[in-house]
Amino acid sequence: MKPFLRTGASALALTLMATLAQAEGKLSIYHWFEYIPQELLDKFAAEYDVEVTMDTFDSNEALLASLKAGRLGDYDVAVPGDYMVEIMAGEGMLDTFSRDEMPNFDNILPEWVDVSFDPGRQSSIPYQWGSTSFSVNRDVYSGDIDTTDIIFNPPEELQGRINVLDTAGETLTLASLHLGIPQCSTDRDELKALNDLVQGAKQHWASFGSDVAKDVLVSGDAAAGMIWNGFGMKAREEGANIEYAYPEQGYIVWMDNVVLLKDAPNRENAIKFMNFLLEPENAAAVTNYARYTAGVAGVEPFLDAEVKSAPELNPPEGGNPVFVQPCSEEVQKVYDTIWTNLKK
Amino acid sequence: MAGGIGSGPGKSARTYAGFGVPLILPAWLVIGIFLVVPIGIMLVYSFLTKEFRGGVIWEFSLAAYDQFFFDRGLFGDDPPEIEWTYILIFWRSIWQAGLATLLSLLIGFPTAWFIATRPAATRTIWLFLITVPYWVNLLIRTISMKFLIRDNGPLNTWLLDAGIISDPIHVVNTWVAVQLGLFYSYLPFMVLPIYAAVERYNFALSEAAADLYASRFVTLTQVIIPVVKPGIIAGCILVFVPSLGSFLAPDLLGGAKNFMIGSLIDEQFKGAAGNWPFGAAAAMILLSMVLLVLIFYARSQAKGEAR
Repeated sequence: MKPFLRTGASALALTLMATLAQAEGKLSIYHWFEYIPQELLDKFAAEYDVEVTMDTFDSNEALLASLKAGRLGDYDVAVPGDYMVEIMAGEGMLDTFSRDEMPNFDNILPEWVDVSFDPGRQSSIPYQWGSTSFSVNRDVYSGDIDTTDIIFNPPEELQGRINVLDTAGETLTLASLHLGIPQCSTDRDELKALNDLVQGAKQHWASFGSDVAKDVLVSGDAAAGMIWNGFGMKAREEGANIEYAYPEQGYIVWMDNVVLLKDAPNRENAIKFMNFLLEPENAAAVTNYARYTAGVAGVEPFLDAEVKSAPELNPPEGGNPVFVQPCSEEVQKVYDTIWTNLKK
Repeated sequence: MAGGIGSGPGKSARTYAGFGVPLILPAWLVIGIFLVVPIGIMLVYSFLTKEFRGGVIWEFSLAAYDQFFFDRGLFGDDPPEIEWTYILIFWRSIWQAGLATLLSLLIGFPTAWFIATRPAATRTIWLFLITVPYWVNLLIRTISMKFLIRDNGPLNTWLLDAGIISDPIHVVNTWVAVQLGLFYSYLPFMVLPIYAAVERYNFALSEAAADLYASRFVTLTQVIIPVVKPGIIAGCILVFVPSLGSFLAPDLLGGAKNFMIGSLIDEQFKGAAGNWPFGAAAAMILLSMVLLVLIFYARSQAKGEAR
């Protein structure tokens, strides 16, 4: 699936000409796959007379690896998830901006300004936020789905027909929620229990896959699958009779953020682009396309009706959402061993 | 086969003496910069210290190779035992690649033979037909394969409708699907070199064998195969080596449930592990294995030419 994206990336290495004439400046974006509508890029390109290019990645870790391998300085902006913003800041990969540079900064919803991963928003703005849990095919299983048992101790109907995300972070975090142990626990018994849990559950899993998470649910290859809420909504809209679960043990929430990269070749256009994305109409365009939720005030009038009412985007009150935490090096090493053991 | 009429040693020496260096320089530069240097970097990285979340620290370390060969338990402080994990992953890749090679040979040899024995005019068409699917991106072909063989895909539907099977055959996300993907991806790499060898085969040899009362089987095993053997070996290597490092088929068709060498290395660089020295070490071990295969080939070639 990684080559999937690589191919996608080169195909998407889209060089958008604002006009037939030479554009004023350039903007180079490093973004997730299937996460921004082409029309919005075209709109920015036309409005500011900027030539926009975009490469895509398929996981926060892939983004980090690519920047570490020397791509820093090639891109102006990237779109890391919450914990990855913190990691990238720690690695010195981010530039800062001041609020005066960005007239639309005040459009950011107050709860998303002073976030733990970038206090006061020195280097990032909200892109979209959403949750990670799983969807279940209601033709196959009609029982209670709001429990992580669906993935880790599945009912007979779902056994052998489950897809889990091929990212250690999210899958092991959901497993920790299932066990009721803290994330990044250093307790050896708890880590052993985590290892045993995923080892035992694997026999019920049909596949590991992130970018195919939607397709396997739509095609029926999987009857249940871990998935991001917006991707799950898209799968439902493509005809799968699936329901998105909010397990009582908890589920993952995340926020993706547009960050200003250090050594950005076109810093000025990067700021313009970030400001552009904070325009309610444009933030809503992303939401309508990707089916996640914007962190910008005033988007409601621009949203599709389906988005407003979608169960995937309207979590119940009193749930237990948690952010993925970046673990310490020792714990990460154990997680790596657990993951390798799982897939050996 | 090397050095036919009109390419005597004197002539080639004269031709290359004057122009050799400037003509060959671009090729050497490309090979040197884009092939040898990256491998050198990986070799160096495999002996460096891992930096947390990707990257390396410039301190010599054998940790990557230690991790490959020794198992120190979940927390890394048990007494070392032999690490079977990576041996298992390598073994899985080797037998999958080996089986794909064998299957390609069984299908590829008769195909190549068939094409090579057509009249010259139609031969080109057959060769063209073999290569047509390969103008389509490998990813697209692999996904199409998945569509074809999935539980409710056309193949199962057809077999069910025809009453040949009563339950769909479950192939997707199994090793069989991976095998199908590998075999199908690299089949032309088997057909083309064998075709090249068979095309040059002198059919008078078969007639001579028949005149000497050799059965068709004996003619095949004692006359034809020894003559076209370089083509067979080249085909086997061309199928085996890329199969060994493949990760598209295991990921898309096998459901990424079990690491193959390619996906293991990919995980070290792009996954949460971020362990570049270990990824580099695994790549170096893979490279050593591939080199062994190639050395074996080179030696058997040399023996063949000496004879």
